Amino acid sequence: MISILIRRLVSLIVTLLVVSLLIFTVMNLLPGDPAAIMLGTSATPETLAALRTQMGLDEPLVVRYLAWLIGVLQGDLGQSYTYGVPVAGLIVERLAVTLPLALMAVVMSVAIAVPLGVAAARRHNGVFDYIAGAFSYVSIAVPAFWVGLLLIIAFSTKLGWMPAGGFPGWNAGLWTGLAALLMPAIALALPQAGVLTRVARSAVLDVMGEDFVRTARAKGLSDKAAVWRHALPNALIPVVTMIGLQFTFLIAGAVLVENVFNLPGLGRLALQALSQRDIIVMQDVVLFFSALVIVMNFLVDLAYLVIDPRLRVAT
Amino acid sequence: MAGIFRRPVLLIGLVVTLALVAVALFSLVWTPSLPSKMNIVQRLKPPLGPGGLLGTDQFGRDVASMLMVGAWNSLSTSFLAVAIGAMVGSAVGVIVAMQRGWLELIVMRGCDIIFAVPPILSAMMLGAFLGSGRFTAIIAIAVFMVPVFARLTLAGAKQIWARDYVTAAVGIGRSKAKITLVHILPNISNQIIVQVTIQLGLAILTEAGLSFLGLGMPPPAPTWGRMLADSQTFFGQAPWLAILPGMAIAVAVLGLNMLGDGLRDMLDPKTNAG
Repeated sequence: MISILIRRLVSLIVTLLVVSLLIFTVMNLLPGDPAAIMLGTSATPETLAALRTQMGLDEPLVVRYLAWLIGVLQGDLGQSYTYGVPVAGLIVERLAVTLPLALMAVVMSVAIAVPLGVAAARRHNGVFDYIAGAFSYVSIAVPAFWVGLLLIIAFSTKLGWMPAGGFPGWNAGLWTGLAALLMPAIALALPQAGVLTRVARSAVLDVMGEDFVRTARAKGLSDKAAVWRHALPNALIPVVTMIGLQFTFLIAGAVLVENVFNLPGLGRLALQALSQRDIIVMQDVVLFFSALVIVMNFLVDLAYLVIDPRLRVAT
Repeated sequence: MAGIFRRPVLLIGLVVTLALVAVALFSLVWTPSLPSKMNIVQRLKPPLGPGGLLGTDQFGRDVASMLMVGAWNSLSTSFLAVAIGAMVGSAVGVIVAMQRGWLELIVMRGCDIIFAVPPILSAMMLGAFLGSGRFTAIIAIAVFMVPVFARLTLAGAKQIWARDYVTAAVGIGRSKAKITLVHILPNISNQIIVQVTIQLGLAILTEAGLSFLGLGMPPPAPTWGRMLADSQTFFGQAPWLAILPGMAIAVAVLGLNMLGDGLRDMLDPKTNAG
């Protein structure tokens, strides 16, 4: 067990290092001088040279990469060129929007998908199964940002029940903050719910054919109790896996949804950094998102080891 | 093929996809009016009125024409991206299946790494240097597709390599490259085709997202994503501008996903159609 854990951990660290190298290479080796890109066409040679020195662009690539990496490891992500503040602080500030948004979306999608998937599996090939199937087809096909637009049209423009966007900040109160994230979270949750419904349905179907569920039924447990007590807990493993695998898409969706609802989250930060040519911020945000995906997949792997003892045997 | 009418998912998917391709191709020769033609007098006219079948936008441009050309722009961008991703990824997959060993380990890790960067972010990174546009969008989506196809073909090819007839081919001295061409690729081509169909749906969603953020084809070329972005200013006056392009995206993705699922069920008797 310990040796597997160590091996996974080493592999995680190597992966993270390679990702950081990859992002650094893309951002620094592509044609174009970062300093010139940041300053635009009106820059004088003097300011350009000054910025190049400030950004350390005169140093060799290897030195710059190591300096960036060591900084990142110490929690120093560099200075934002446009905001004039440390990037680490910016990311933490924006994370206070993106993280609750993503969590709300995951909770909502599970809350929709698991009951729907279980119900569909219990009435296999019945009317409800078809309804659940149609729901997942449609919700996977609709873009999350379009759902966001429709929600705004319906509940903000027409009915005037909800704010059309923006974020008042957590200082305005927990409920005010959560209310501002409600529609974005629904938009983000819907496509996820479609994927998870499918996974939950087929997982419950698989488990229901297993001996231990039959034994539970034979012992006199009701069909419903057998599903909820025995089939569902086992079926949750693939659901959790899928949440991990879908994490990339959740982040991509969050970038879009944040822009629809004008939420000051990480995705919006990345897009603003792009339009302002703030290379350092972009580099750090992309690294942060990628590291998040990788660590998430690592945690899913670990969760397996906890849930399923058979996987603890070294291969 | 006679059984297609007993497969509603496949049938619907095929009809929707063919209709979409037809509209996209048709837009190259005819649209109700020029999609870029402005007519300020007729601006923001609702569908089924004097503004034409699907109404007009804030510049009085014909929405139906824009959607048609948008279909071509979206489909062609997505198709190119998936084609590049599928070719590179599949080539990587079969080559790795031939060699195995440390190469497999490195490539699989590499796939994990590429998969960790969402195409929207790589499009932003590339966009900062190459400028945003169709080329950047295609590359960003294609890069994300490579690991999908590499994993799929590697897993499929490994199974075929374990078959007896492949062992026999190795035994009579056929080269690995020849075996890959003659035995491996034909046997996994079905899986690749199914995956191409499903990834096309994902590519259309991604392309729409990139266009929505202004990272896709530049104006005046109409794209579904940018039509949605532009609609945001006119929610109260012209909700159809926000509804119609989104429906186009959803129908296109739905059709491709159903076609992919239908094809998989038809080509692989082991999977359950229900």
